[in-house]
Amino acid sequence: MLRYIVPLVVFLGVAGFLLKGLDLNPREVPSPFIDKPAPDFTLQKLLTPEVQFSNKDMLGKVWLLNVFASWCVACRSEHPLLVQLSRANLVPIYGLNYKDAPSDAKNWLQQLGNPYTASLIDYDGKVGIDYGVYGVPETFVIDKQGVIRHKVIGPVTPAALDNCVLPLVKKLQEAAPQQVIKRTEVEGCV
Amino acid sequence: MNALRVFVVMVGMLALVSLASAKEAVPLADDPELEKQVNEITAELRCLVCQNQTIADSHADLAIDLKNQVREMVKSGKTQKEINDYMVQRYGDFVLYRPAMKPSTMLLWAGPFILLVIGLTVLVINLRKRRALVKDEGDLSTDEQQRLKTLLAEQRAEEEKS
Repeated sequence: MLRYIVPLVVFLGVAGFLLKGLDLNPREVPSPFIDKPAPDFTLQKLLTPEVQFSNKDMLGKVWLLNVFASWCVACRSEHPLLVQLSRANLVPIYGLNYKDAPSDAKNWLQQLGNPYTASLIDYDGKVGIDYGVYGVPETFVIDKQGVIRHKVIGPVTPAALDNCVLPLVKKLQEAAPQQVIKRTEVEGCV
Repeated sequence: MNALRVFVVMVGMLALVSLASAKEAVPLADDPELEKQVNEITAELRCLVCQNQTIADSHADLAIDLKNQVREMVKSGKTQKEINDYMVQRYGDFVLYRPAMKPSTMLLWAGPFILLVIGLTVLVINLRKRRALVKDEGDLSTDEQQRLKTLLAEQRAEEEKS
């Protein structure tokens, strides 16, 4: 009897792992930045290049940093949702214009609408490297203390926005200045 | 005449093939020693965009940027460990082709050896069982030996008769 049970159990084990593997997304690399301070940067603003922007300017506020580029196809599909989100005025969205010609980016925003409080020029992609960006678009949720609390890889979907990003943003906004809130506290983020 | 034309066309096609496979110029640092070091380091790092290639092999935009980054870091005297730490800080353990030894990777490192030990144990147990089986078959009880003797004797007697 055992000679049949053992292979069966082994087979079921392997099949179980493979089945689980079908659901996993190999493109989604767990970000080492979650719950770490957002890397510091100072960049020129896209529309007013004479003005510099630093991530430190945002201390005390909850904000989204959306990495985008005019050459990025998935950014185009994500864009209407961002425009919609910016109209709702729930949270400031800053754009990190990653490895893009400023003129292209300006055209792009003019055509498709500009959801960003400000876009920042990361022409050589150095800030992108500091933020571990590997697949544009990416969206970081940063809390009042300047700590990254969540990262969406690839286009933000309406479901991800409603179930995770917005509830998390709300919690972070309601938190006391020094209170630590992790994304694990929001059901839709886990 | 026709054969000559075919020949010319074929040579022309071959020439085109050799043109097509000409390699793109790879940006090289002036210093081949430096470039060798950069290659050694980036050959241990996984490209995030095309996940089964090393940064050294990949021509993805990000891989080229990271290669330049590594080149700059090597130039400024950073060690391989410092560079690896820099990458892990940004992209997680995932970038390392050789995962670090730490509690969460212990199973990964020890797993093959554990499987080997399990396999060898099963093998040894099975071999012992089989040997015991063979020995059992070889040993006859006194009754059985007695029966064997009579049977053999009977057979011999019959053979002699015929």
